[in-house]
Amino acid sequence: MKPFDYVRPATVTEAVAAAAQPGAVYLAAGTNLLDLMKGGVSRPDRLVDVTHLDGLDGIERLADGSLRIGALVSNADLAHDADFARSYPAVAEALLSGASAQLRNAATVGGNLLQRTRCAYFYDTASRCNKREAGSGCDARGGENRTHAVLGWSESCIATHPSDFCVPLVALGAVVEIEGRAGRREIALDELHRLPGDTPERESALEPGDLIVAVRLPPAAREFAPHARYLKVRERTSYAFAVVSAAAALRIENGRIAEARLALGGVAAKPWRASAAEDVLKGVAPTTDAFQEAAWRALTDAKPSGDNAFKIELARRIVVRALTLAAAGTPARLPALPASPFASTSGAIHA
Amino acid sequence: MPELNLTSAPAHLRHGSNIGQPLTRRDGVLKVTGQATYAADNHPPGMLFAVIATSSIARGRVASLDVAAAKRHPGVVDVMTSDHKPPLAIDPEIKTNPFVFRMEALQSNEVRYANQPIAVVIAETLEAATEGAALLAPRYETLPALIGLDAGESFVPPVVGVGNPTENHRGDVEAGLASAETQIDATYETPPQYHNAMEPHAVVAHWDGDKLSVDMPTQGLKLSLARIAELFGIAHDKIHIRSPFLGGGFGSKGLMGGPPVLGIMAAKLVGKPVKLVLRREQMYGPVGHRAPTRQRLRIGADGEGRLTALDHHARTVSSTFDDFYEPAADASHTLYAAPAIRTSHDAVRVNTGTPLFMRAPGEATGSIALESAIDEMAWACGIDPLSFRLKNYAEVEPITGKPFSSKALRACYDQGAARFGWAKRPLQPRQMRDDAGLLVGWGMGTATFPALMFQAEARAAIRRDGSGVMEIGAHDMGQGAWTALAQIAADAVGLDVDRVTFKAGTSDLPDAGIAGGSAHTATAGAAIHSAGAAVIAKLADLATNDERSPLFGAGNAGVIARDGRLIRRDDESRGESYAEILARAGVAEVEAHGTGAPNPAAMEEYAMHAHGAVFAEVKVDPELGQVRVTRMVGAFAAGRIVNPRMVQSQLFGGMIWGLSFALHEEAVTDRRSGRIMNANLGEYHVPVNADVPPLDVITVEEHDPHVNALGIKGVGEIGITGSAAAVANAVWHATGVRVRKFPIRIEELLAQR
Ligand SMILES: Cc1cc2nc3c(=O)[nH]c(=O)nc-3n(C[C@H](O)[C@H](O)[C@H](O)COP(=O)(O)OP(=O)(O)OC[C@H]3O[C@@H](n4cnc5c(N)ncnc54)[C@H](O)[C@@H]3O)c2cc1C
Ligand code: SF4
Repeated sequence: MKPFDYVRPATVTEAVAAAAQPGAVYLAAGTNLLDLMKGGVSRPDRLVDVTHLDGLDGIERLADGSLRIGALVSNADLAHDADFARSYPAVAEALLSGASAQLRNAATVGGNLLQRTRCAYFYDTASRCNKREAGSGCDARGGENRTHAVLGWSESCIATHPSDFCVPLVALGAVVEIEGRAGRREIALDELHRLPGDTPERESALEPGDLIVAVRLPPAAREFAPHARYLKVRERTSYAFAVVSAAAALRIENGRIAEARLALGGVAAKPWRASAAEDVLKGVAPTTDAFQEAAWRALTDAKPSGDNAFKIELARRIVVRALTLAAAGTPARLPALPASPFASTSGAIHA
Repeated sequence: MPELNLTSAPAHLRHGSNIGQPLTRRDGVLKVTGQATYAADNHPPGMLFAVIATSSIARGRVASLDVAAAKRHPGVVDVMTSDHKPPLAIDPEIKTNPFVFRMEALQSNEVRYANQPIAVVIAETLEAATEGAALLAPRYETLPALIGLDAGESFVPPVVGVGNPTENHRGDVEAGLASAETQIDATYETPPQYHNAMEPHAVVAHWDGDKLSVDMPTQGLKLSLARIAELFGIAHDKIHIRSPFLGGGFGSKGLMGGPPVLGIMAAKLVGKPVKLVLRREQMYGPVGHRAPTRQRLRIGADGEGRLTALDHHARTVSSTFDDFYEPAADASHTLYAAPAIRTSHDAVRVNTGTPLFMRAPGEATGSIALESAIDEMAWACGIDPLSFRLKNYAEVEPITGKPFSSKALRACYDQGAARFGWAKRPLQPRQMRDDAGLLVGWGMGTATFPALMFQAEARAAIRRDGSGVMEIGAHDMGQGAWTALAQIAADAVGLDVDRVTFKAGTSDLPDAGIAGGSAHTATAGAAIHSAGAAVIAKLADLATNDERSPLFGAGNAGVIARDGRLIRRDDESRGESYAEILARAGVAEVEAHGTGAPNPAAMEEYAMHAHGAVFAEVKVDPELGQVRVTRMVGAFAAGRIVNPRMVQSQLFGGMIWGLSFALHEEAVTDRRSGRIMNANLGEYHVPVNADVPPLDVITVEEHDPHVNALGIKGVGEIGITGSAAAVANAVWHATGVRVRKFPIRIEELLAQR
């Protein structure tokens, strides 16, 4: 492995200063970064370990009703926080549908947001990849790309963002708090990840040294708790990335949808908020027809980037199902197979 | 490292004789407490670390390597390349016998497949060696790679599998098809798959002058010994290989490949002990895999649903430099009583590491195609798939006409179907749903695997204190050989299992043959059985010829060995202990050798196979296409069951692998570069716990007087056969969609809702 410096700053300010140097990267739990380093995909000169920083591992309810999640809270701790799971059930379900128990115990909130794509050509250093090496080309085009993007991709890059957690977060309007060289600022999660365009190597809105310190869910996010689900289709029952996933959250008043939130995962270089589909649902009754209409709207701009046309139809069906499940109501207990199409199997068979 | 002595393992529960008892693994406590020393756990003093640099192109040559950059890296000791390496005594390309796997030992700068070893960096730390390998930054002259089943001109290989004829036929297939009332013609595809044993291939090599000690997992100690001896030009007795534990092999540790040889060469180059361990992604190339297949089945049936013809053709691939051909079509030789059968193979050469046997080679790939096609035919005839199979039940082996040495398949069908509740299955697909609206389907497949025997030797001894010794260079790959073979040993010398010192796993012990072909328990067991009988006969000679012994003169009536005593067969009250016999004779120990081997006369007369029937239930989301297996029942008849617990776990493992074959496993190969794009356990999917349903295994009683002295058929591989198709057939029954390309993918099931 390439030798690197390892620094463990005592304060956020020190961390930002240390990470602003060229060749420096933040190290959280390392479940993604260390794999990339072992594979020679990332070859940093300096790791700035943030896991010992104080004050980034809390979950706090703010006076205005929003919730602030420290960047170092583990995926598992967050999902298993009873109040959190009750208030944002789709987020808990998404977290628990990701990776494995061991990985979730280690993985952090900040690291999950900034995990890199699973595009196999990105990982394979012998392949050309614009994201890994700007301007080198994209071997995923014309390659094995049945799981690549169907929305927001460009000729330069067809990769997807693999996070489950981000999908309901973006649907619920989460905000990311960032500490940078110029102090603290915040942006909508929807603006954190960038679409590839001509510069797929620039994946996020972060500048050198920028540290995610927290993710905030606005007060309104709680109001969806009674009708919020995450659904993830994958190629084995657990421990697999989404082929396509969706988070659906509804606020239902008097039998009508007062407000809908919808986002897709595994379809684009960012968690894909489907605002046009949300608009379609506003004020209508939660019917299959309405959900189908929303699904069409959500995928209007979708186009295959390779052998993946099926993902468009799959995404439509997932949207319909996720909305249907959300409308039916959040289950009292998180299913044993979170976000799985098999979540509610009772075992009984009838012809 | 001390040699392993399993008599120190905790005592076991035992009732009555040893064979047939569900003993827990004798090495279990060592394993769960981390005391089992796998090859890579060895660290002889002064040891260096070697890391292989592999090729990223699939075809061409290495034009340059930046050896200087690698050597400049702190900690790097040396870089072994095709220009700088210790000489080998023979060219590794020469096949001195059919069990030689051609390998890359840096003999040239030619590249024949992606992930081929092209250099070895030796360093003081693993990290330094790893970075040194990265710094080599190879430059290549690249040629277009040959990839996939249509890569070039096909040809008919001389043999498939291990020496099977490429083509076989009986009866007139075309006439049979022409006369058929119903015909199907279906083509199935199976992907490349990699063994992916948990334990990667590893070697710790240590030269002491011209003596060589090697820690290395192997399924064939003596084959490896012979290979090392010829490659390095040293005598067999100068080499000591220790392979006490394998973290799985599945065929990939059967024939010696290049990586361990490179480790031994590296140790020679630097004059120090060297450890070389493959990284997971490096296992996708030089250590074998299951080749892809495309199989066409043409089947005819008459108006009653009786087969008139079965034609099974398989296309597969081998490497550009060696020959192993997945014998997929051979799966059609044994199962169904078609009056006309033809099986044939052809192949193309591609830029891949050479394929090799991987758990049920031929049977696994062939069975998913055959059993899918039989299911299709049953449906085409409007007959329940189990009834259809029973209607076409083979009373004699169809391809040869020989009687079976034993065949309890009917009982497997009956017991499996009863346990599963098969009788309630609707004939039509897409009829069942569960409460949540998921489609439910039931499918079945017939399992079959030949009962093979290889050659083995064993040495048995009875010691002055009345205890026993059994020595055999057998291999425990995790399947429990040490437990099952020790049970056979205990019965063979008439002692409790804990009174027998059972030695296995090193190359200085008698040759146990290869642990493959599901034949290890049978072969090694037969050798142990015969060595035990021989040593007891010697002991009996001492006693029956000694007038002071209560057994004097028992010669004709014979004696029985039981619980450390010899007793007269005709008068069990007369007997004496082993210790007494030896003490009186003034002998420290008696020893004898035994062999296990196939019986050519029996093989000539009988067809020998294990059989089984597997039933599976799947649920499929009707809109989203995701599949989950929810129940599996397998009933297997495999002769004598030496240890029901080990056997059950082998069959579980096989059934899970079958599920994996149907739904998960595929090495995704880039169609241009030939590189495997998912060479890691995150993305090369095998089932996780949540994919594996409650499994129910029934072992059906079967007595086989012909296969070998112990009546053992072997259970290592049969579980995967039948199971894969049972799952695939259940997916069809759930959805009405017949997927003929494996693994079954979501997109195939989305087409129809
Ligand atoms: C086998 C496997 C399967 C997986 N399956 C899934 C899955 O199904 N679904 C899913 O969603 N995820 C999955 N993951 C990904 C997993 O969720 C991420 O690896 C994990 O969330 C990353 O968190 P971490 O703390 O380990 O981050 P690290 O690996 O430490 O960091 C990841 C990146 O984020 C940056 N970073 C970390 N923290 C900060 C911060 N506070 N501010 C700025 N930058 C930061 C790092 O510099 C690095 O670039 C899987 C991972 C593996 C290995
Ligand atoms: S899709 Fe993007 S990440 Fe993948 S190879 Fe192309 S540029 Fe790289």
